[in-house]
Amino acid sequence: MTKPFAITLDVGSSLANHTGSWRVERPVYVDRMPPCNDGCPAGENVQRWLYHAESGAYETAWRTLVADNPFPSICGRVCYHPCETACNRGQLDEAVGIHAVERFLGDEAERRGWAFVPAGPSSGRRVLVIGSGPSGLSAAAHLSRLGHDVTIYEAAPAPGGMMRYGIPKYRLPRDVLDREIEQILRAGVHLECNRRVADVAAAKAEGGFDAVYVAIGAQLSRRAEIPAADSSRIIDALAFLAGTEAKPETAELPQLGRRVAVYGGGNTAMDAARTAQRLGATDAVIVYRRTRDRMPAHASELEDALAEGITVSWLSTITAVEPGELEIEKMALDDSGFPQPTGEYEKLGADTVILALGQESDLSPVQALGDVRVEHGSLAIDEHMMTGHAGIFAGGDVVPDERTVTVAVGHGKRAAREIDAFLRGSTYVHPSRPGLAGVDNLNTWYYSDAPRTVQPELEAVRRRSTFDEVVGGLDADNALFEARRCLSCGNCFECDNCFGVCPDNAVRKLTDVVASSAAGPGSARYYEFDYDYCKGCGICAVECPCGAIVMEPESI
Amino acid sequence: MPETHQARHPVKFYQVGSFAVGNRLLDEADRTVQSDRERTNSLTSGHRACQGCGEALGARYALDAAMRATDGRMVVANATGCLEVFSTPYPESSWRIPWLHSLFGNTAAVATGIAAALKVKGREDIRVVAQAGDGGTVDIGFGCLSGMFERNDDVLFVCYDNEAYMNTGVQRSGATPPAARTATTEAVGPEPGNRFGQGKNLPLLALAHEIPYVATATVADLHDLERKVEKAMSIRGSRYLHVLVPCPLGWVAASSETIHLARLARETGLFPVFEGAHGEVTDVVKIRHKEPVEEYLRLQGRYKHLFGSGARPDIVGRIQEIADRNIARFGLVDEVPPDEQSVGKQP
Ligand SMILES: Cc1cc2nc3c(=O)[nH]c(=O)nc-3n(C[C@H](O)[C@H](O)[C@H](O)COP(=O)(O)OP(=O)(O)OC[C@H]3O[C@@H](n4cnc5c(N)ncnc54)[C@H](O)[C@@H]3O)c2cc1C
Ligand SMILES: Cc1ncc(C[n+]2csc(CCOP(=O)(O)OP(=O)(O)O)c2C)c(N)n1
Ligand code: SF4
Ligand SMILES: [Mg+2]
Repeated sequence: MTKPFAITLDVGSSLANHTGSWRVERPVYVDRMPPCNDGCPAGENVQRWLYHAESGAYETAWRTLVADNPFPSICGRVCYHPCETACNRGQLDEAVGIHAVERFLGDEAERRGWAFVPAGPSSGRRVLVIGSGPSGLSAAAHLSRLGHDVTIYEAAPAPGGMMRYGIPKYRLPRDVLDREIEQILRAGVHLECNRRVADVAAAKAEGGFDAVYVAIGAQLSRRAEIPAADSSRIIDALAFLAGTEAKPETAELPQLGRRVAVYGGGNTAMDAARTAQRLGATDAVIVYRRTRDRMPAHASELEDALAEGITVSWLSTITAVEPGELEIEKMALDDSGFPQPTGEYEKLGADTVILALGQESDLSPVQALGDVRVEHGSLAIDEHMMTGHAGIFAGGDVVPDERTVTVAVGHGKRAAREIDAFLRGSTYVHPSRPGLAGVDNLNTWYYSDAPRTVQPELEAVRRRSTFDEVVGGLDADNALFEARRCLSCGNCFECDNCFGVCPDNAVRKLTDVVASSAAGPGSARYYEFDYDYCKGCGICAVECPCGAIVMEPESI
Repeated sequence: MPETHQARHPVKFYQVGSFAVGNRLLDEADRTVQSDRERTNSLTSGHRACQGCGEALGARYALDAAMRATDGRMVVANATGCLEVFSTPYPESSWRIPWLHSLFGNTAAVATGIAAALKVKGREDIRVVAQAGDGGTVDIGFGCLSGMFERNDDVLFVCYDNEAYMNTGVQRSGATPPAARTATTEAVGPEPGNRFGQGKNLPLLALAHEIPYVATATVADLHDLERKVEKAMSIRGSRYLHVLVPCPLGWVAASSETIHLARLARETGLFPVFEGAHGEVTDVVKIRHKEPVEEYLRLQGRYKHLFGSGARPDIVGRIQEIADRNIARFGLVDEVPPDEQSVGKQP
């Protein structure tokens, strides 16, 4: 071939020059653990379902959510959302309103008629669940998905446990509760109400069950020894709340009188006081022996009570109950934060005292099993959620852990996996947890400021006199906005930054088909590095908004 | 009223704002050219630019956008400098567009000639882009460039400003900032590094020629840069785009910091990002999160002599004064922070 003057070589592309050989560090895509997921007691993949909600794919979002927690409408209302406490966005402006989007998705399922997928192929094994609180129901839902034949025995006339007989309907409307329980039953779980189990071993043997999940909660109210005159009215908070549930707003309710004192500082005390006010009490006072910062009730519960006009008598113990009046001794905290009597007394007018001093479990049904261990009044379990008795598992309020709905749901899910492994003669292996995505892993430049969406609330007058739900839900527009506030911590959300910022064009943007097939469960790959040309400058890693790229030393 | 930066981005996707390269939630039309799998890649892989080269990035950003704006009918004349040397070692080329080598100082003249030739041939549908480093623009190339502006020749001239003669070993140019160490402004003596009060501001000089379009941009704001290229290509006559492109080698900075540095240059006020036409400044990009100049300077070894033992807070203070003057002169800080202006649109 003849070439022009002074030209000896054919023209070529620089693609022949594999500059990847310069590299001393290589970028690698990773999935980190978002703090919300890390903080969720039910093990929800919050970041992932928010990702679907962000594009308006609400059904996919809901299905991703209920794969871990069958109660989005319930938990979106009553969960104390540790996910939001952990949310990285809280360090930028305000945490993502995860609970509000969760609630929206659960309620949207009702509006659209989405149903759980029916139970998986039958394993031929039968599991007895004792108690239909959140823990028992969660275990039942997960066990039936795994193909086991599940029956629940419930002592009460209706299912739900403390979600029905404890949490009042102004926080959790009963149609919402019924609907999400119904979803589980419709997917193939058997429920027998009014069936109290007196002996777990006997129930297991009689019914021919292969395993048992004990989720009987903590139904007994703790008592206090208070000198009381005969005619004084002292009732217990659980019985009071359960009574309200059974016969709402009727005259058969205990005659409370005008002035009600609630003794205790937990969530039950808050609900008892708020319920008393709704039933007509004009003065509802919470009597608590320590200070606000030591109160076991969740801060938001106290705020809601105060907002409804309930007052608190801090550093106070009730020393005597007389008709129409209480004697209160003032307390002072000692150096260890323990309340000590001061010898100072005062009087408080009260027609009724409601005791809300905590709950204990009635462990009589397991007493006959000689080999279960009891710890501080709770059932001890091993790392497989199993009691000392093979095949008998336990979770929820009956085991030593935090007593919340979502913890109970998480126990149910974990127990289902453990029971499944037990029934199949294997051991459940926890999937490995990736490192946490902290705010330091994010490049927050790329996120705009966006304040949180406020949920509507019932006006004060109606809050104090009716059992209507206090907090309203988001509409579809608000929910979309709120979901899109998510930073997608530690997980790629296809922003194309790496693809755009590489000075060497060494990032390939995969086609949709490749991207979806490359995506393993819970993780997705939309890009890949071309290590033939990547020089390892690290710009992609620094400019990734969500911290989904790390630089690893190149092995030379 | 000049159109504001925020008004151009009414759709706020809070997860990424509109700051990232793409976003699956945005309409295709609102995404950048760079987010397109089918982008030209005018400057392709295998080039020999250093790791993290801002100039390589800036050139691909600008030319890919120009290729889209002209539907691929475009010729580029390139001045000598890093951009040539790393892209075209004989006989290889990284250019995937019609591209001409020219000398260090005559690129504007070469581009003018190409434009004239196309006009004679009746092919004014083919557009001409000239590109050069800051040395080739503000120093040796300035005579040809000023002539091109004065005649209002139909060329877009893009300057990739890395603030020194990087190709030949980091010598000072007329665009080198005060106090920066270069091979010819060593960090010695009472006034270490480059002198204060020297150098030229080429964007303002271009504006003084009253040409139809002048703009500055950085590799840290792709949406802004692409929009300016697109706008420039919609105009006939002389147009000038000045892009700040950090140089890890010459600035003695980590290769991963290139975009971060460009962002800080804007957020400190040291590099005002604005647009102008016919002698007037028409729009500025506001500072989003104002930063002190120290944040920017500390990341760069060329300013090392201002910190540590023998630190020179007085000199840092003088650099801060430059930033403050830019902020006042161009109105770079808004009373209402940019983000809040559109947050009101939440449903
Ligand atoms: C007033 C109140 C308000 C609360 N508010 C909140 C809140 O806002 N958010 C939150 O997260 N948590 C809240 N909690 C705590 C939460 O309700 C419990 O942690 C949760 O319900 C525990 O679930 P569980 O399934 O373990 O037990 P439970 O919900 O107590 O359910 C146990 C079930 O087992 C049944 N059972 C017991 N013994 C037997 C037996 N021998 N045979 C058959 N059935 C039996 C019971 O009838 C009951 O239905 C509240 C609790 C109370 C009391
Ligand atoms: C007339 C002439 N003088 C000097 C040189 C040597 N030379 C080539 S590139 C260059 C500096 C380029 O600096 P700049 O334009 O800023 O581009 P950069 O390399 O920094 O991108 C010099 C001095 C030359 N090629 N021609
Ligand atoms: S921003 Fe999103 S992913 Fe990050 S913690 Fe909050 S909800 Fe989870
Ligand atoms: Mg230069």
